Amino acid sequence: MRKLFTPLVVLTAAMFAYAPIAIANAPYESTMLLVQKIFYFHLATWMALAVAVSVCAVGSAMYLFKGNEGADRVAFAAAELAVVYCTFGLISGSLWGRKAWGVWWQWDAKLTMAFMLEMIFLGYLIVRKYGGPGAEKLSAAMGIFGAATAPFIYKSADWWRTIHPQTSVMKTLGKNAPPMWNVVWFCGTAFVLLFLILLALRVGLEERRAELDRLYLEAEA
Amino acid sequence: MKLLRCAAFAMMALMLSAQGGWASQPQPPPATDGFVAANDLPPTEQLPAGPFVVGAYSCFLVLMVGYAWSIARRLNTVEKEMRTLEQRQSRGSSTR
Repeated sequence: MRKLFTPLVVLTAAMFAYAPIAIANAPYESTMLLVQKIFYFHLATWMALAVAVSVCAVGSAMYLFKGNEGADRVAFAAAELAVVYCTFGLISGSLWGRKAWGVWWQWDAKLTMAFMLEMIFLGYLIVRKYGGPGAEKLSAAMGIFGAATAPFIYKSADWWRTIHPQTSVMKTLGKNAPPMWNVVWFCGTAFVLLFLILLALRVGLEERRAELDRLYLEAEA
Repeated sequence: MKLLRCAAFAMMALMLSAQGGWASQPQPPPATDGFVAANDLPPTEQLPAGPFVVGAYSCFLVLMVGYAWSIARRLNTVEKEMRTLEQRQSRGSSTR
């Protein structure tokens, strides 16, 4: 994994350097025109968020049911990144919505559920920091339930009446506008790679903290 | 009596004209159950898209740089604490 880290950083940096060019060259959407360009980073952040909450759920389950402390550290790091990505997803969506819908925010099903997901993972971090003994298990349970809301958020625009575009947009995009489709996946891949890099760094920090705790225990013994 | 009839007639005419006046006031638009898209507004009232696109991408850059800086800062704090602890331990073992 350590050998892969540097090439991964170089690849991701190159992808992010090229992303603005790819986005600028992508065709304009016929009704929204320029503001639709937010879509490429907006959707990519939700893709990375889906990976983050999945990693958090798997890590949390491994910690709860098998007592794997390494998995707990990964879950903690993924939860923090989920908050970062979700924050950007909500901000970019709000900026896009202000231009496309004329409002900064709308309490419809999809947006409200995405906001609740952010609150759940913020709760995870607060429990983790101030929960005292046993907080790891409590936060792990929160991580699993937080991740369980993600599929509902994804399908909410199809199931309930919302102003957010439905998931069929993605299906038709592949058929109707392949150049836009390619840029979506390019940005999505870049965001997921960036997530992996930040996850590795954040897990490294948790490992050093665990090492510090071990040294303190040794010093006290 | 004639005066009374004239007054009643004038009052009735006033009431009728007032009712007509109320009826001619503009009615509020019917309640809608959703927002009207901004693109339906005349071009003079539409917002330019550039600042929103630039804002979104700048926000991402700031958020990611800020987060990477926060990880580096926390890592430095842990490393510093570890060095202090190791120094304290080595000092303690040399005095024994």
